[in-house]
Amino acid sequence: MSSSKGASTVNALWFVFRRLARDRSALLGLLLIALLVACAVLAPALATHPDDVFELHPAERLRAPSGVHWLGTDRMGADVYSRLLFGARITIVIGLIAVGASLVIGVPIGLVAGYYHGWLSDLLMRTSDIFLAVPQVVLAIAIAQTLGPSLPNVILALSVTYWPWFARVVYAETRALQKEIFVESTAALGASPWRLTVLHVLPNIASPIIVRASIGMGFTILTAAALGFLGLGPPPPTPEWGRTIAESREFLPDAWWYAAAPGLAIFLTVMGFNLLGDGLRDVLDPRLRRSRTARDG
Amino acid sequence: MAELLAVRGLRVDYATDQGPAQVLDAINLDVGRGEVVGLVGESGCGKTTLARAILGVLPEGAARIRAGEVRFKSVDLLKEDPAVVNDRVRGRAITFIPQDPFTSFSPVFPVGTQIMDLMKWKSPRVPRGRGPAPLVGRYPRARWRDDREAVLEILRAVQIPDPARALRRLPHEFSGGQRQRLMIAMALLPQPDLIIADEPTTALDVTIQAQILRLLRALVKERGVSVLFTTHDLGTAHEICDRVVVMYAGQEMEAAPTDAFFGRPAHPYTRRLLASVPSPGGEIRDIPGEVPSLVSPPPGCRFHPRCDYASVECRDARPQLRTLATGHDVRCHHPVDAPAEVER
Repeated sequence: MSSSKGASTVNALWFVFRRLARDRSALLGLLLIALLVACAVLAPALATHPDDVFELHPAERLRAPSGVHWLGTDRMGADVYSRLLFGARITIVIGLIAVGASLVIGVPIGLVAGYYHGWLSDLLMRTSDIFLAVPQVVLAIAIAQTLGPSLPNVILALSVTYWPWFARVVYAETRALQKEIFVESTAALGASPWRLTVLHVLPNIASPIIVRASIGMGFTILTAAALGFLGLGPPPPTPEWGRTIAESREFLPDAWWYAAAPGLAIFLTVMGFNLLGDGLRDVLDPRLRRSRTARDG
Repeated sequence: MAELLAVRGLRVDYATDQGPAQVLDAINLDVGRGEVVGLVGESGCGKTTLARAILGVLPEGAARIRAGEVRFKSVDLLKEDPAVVNDRVRGRAITFIPQDPFTSFSPVFPVGTQIMDLMKWKSPRVPRGRGPAPLVGRYPRARWRDDREAVLEILRAVQIPDPARALRRLPHEFSGGQRQRLMIAMALLPQPDLIIADEPTTALDVTIQAQILRLLRALVKERGVSVLFTTHDLGTAHEICDRVVVMYAGQEMEAAPTDAFFGRPAHPYTRRLLASVPSPGGEIRDIPGEVPSLVSPPPGCRFHPRCDYASVECRDARPQLRTLATGHDVRCHHPVDAPAEVER
C-alpha cells in the first residue's frame, strides 16, 4: 500500500515536470531557479574570491570587470561576483523562511475561516483584510524599522505581511469546496472538522497553495531587496543584494557593474519564480487546464 | 407491506428575506420494506428538502423543522440522539445517491481510496457504537481484506470492468454513467435498509439513464433494499418505481401504485402533469399559472388557483388526504373520475 502510494507521488511529480517542460516560459523559470539554488549551494566552490565577503582590499576598489574580477570590485575592493554568489544564499533563506512562515500562519487561518460560518470567520478574514489594505512594502518597512535592521527581523516583517495572501486563497477555495457533494457527504457521515479539513479539503486545495507559494517567493525576495536597499536589511558586510545596490548609488554611472550585477540577479530570480508560478498554475489548475484544452481543440 | 419509513405531518420552514417559506407543509410519506417509491414533482416542490430531512442533513441555520416525525424502523429520527443516528442510521441503514456524479468524488484521490475510506467507518463488519471517525485510525488487516473483497464483488455487480484496476483510477478517468454506478455501489456497500436517491440519473444521457435505472432496480430487488427515488421525470418514475407520490408546493397530492397512478390518475394536478409530458408530434402543454409562493401560499388547496375543477370549497378548506377504492391516496375535494370513497 505504502509503496504504491510512494510510486504514485513520484508519478505525479514526473507528470507535473513533463507538462512544465513543454511550457517554454515555465521551463525558463525552472532553469533560473535551479541556477539560483546552484549558486547558493556551491557558492564557496564557484566564487573566485570566497574570502571577499568579509575582507577588504582598499587598493583594488572599483575595478572594472576583468579576468581576475569577473564582475569588477566594489567600494571596499571586494569581488562583486563572489559576493553575489553568497548573496544568493541570503536571498533563498529569506524567501524560504518568510514564505514557509506565511504558509504556516495563513493556511490554517484560511481553513478555519472557510470551514466555520460566523463571527470567528469574519474576525479572521477582516483581520487579513486589514493587512491587505496596506501595501506590503509599506507595512514591512514599518515593522522592520521598529524592530531594527537584522536578518531575522526582515524575515519576520515579510512573514507577518505576507500570510494574508495565503489566508485569502485558502479561504476562497475552502468555501467553494464546501458546496461539493463529496465534502457535504463526508460531513454528513460524521467526519470531525479536523478529519474533513486535513484529509479531504487540504489535498484538494494544494494546487493553488503551491502556485501562490511560488509567486510569493518572487514577491518576497523583491520586497526583501527593497528593505535591504533602504538599509533595513541585514547590516554590512552581509552581501545582501538590495543593500549592495544601495551602496553602489554614489558611484553610478561610472562603476555600472557595481549596481548592474545584483540588480540583474534580483530581476532574474523574481522572473524565475513568477514564470514557474504561472506555469504551475497552468499545469495544476484543472479549471484552467480544461479551458485550455477547449481552446486548443 | 411492512413499514420501514413513515414520515408524518412533517413541516419544514426556510428562512427567507420575505419571511419563513413553508417548504414542507405537513407532508406524509410511506416506504415499505423492499419497496421502490418515486417522489415526483416540479423543481422547488420540496422533494430534495424532504430527502434531506429524512437524512437529517438540512442546511444548518436556514431550515427549521416545525413539526412532525420521521419514523424509521419505528424510531423517530428527529427525536433520537444525533450521535446514535449518525452511528447506526446515516451512512449505514440509510444511504444516499447524489444527483451530480461529477462532484460526488474528491478529484484528487483514486476512487479505491475513497471507497475504502467509507468502508473503514461504515462497513457492515464495523461494530456499532464507535462514535465519529477520528483523524487517523487503524484499519484492521483482516477486515480490510474482507471489505476489499466485498467492494470488488459489488463493483462487478454494478458492471464496472476490471474492478481491481478501477480502484486505482482517479474519478476523472470514469464517465458520468460509470461514476454513478460507483455511487450506487457505495450506497449498497454498507448493506442499508433504505437508499435515498436524489435524481440520480438527471445528469446523464437518456440511454445511460435507462441502463442505470434497470441496474439499480435489479440490485435493490435482489437485496430487498427499499429506495426513495426523487425525480421530476415521470418516465423515470414509471420505469423504476413500485409506487409513486406526487408533490406540489410542499404537500403530497397523490400517492398510488405505479400502474394505478399512470392508468387512472385521480388528482387534477397529476392529470395536468401527465398531460404536460411532451410526446413526439404532439404540442407541448404546460400547466397554466405559476408555482405558488411558499412564503404566502394560497389558502385552502395549494393547487386551486391553477386547477380546472376548483370550487369555492377548494379556496376555503384545505383538503384532507383520503383513500379511494382504486388504491389512490389523494388530497383533493374533487378527485377526477372518483370511484366510491373508502373511509380511512
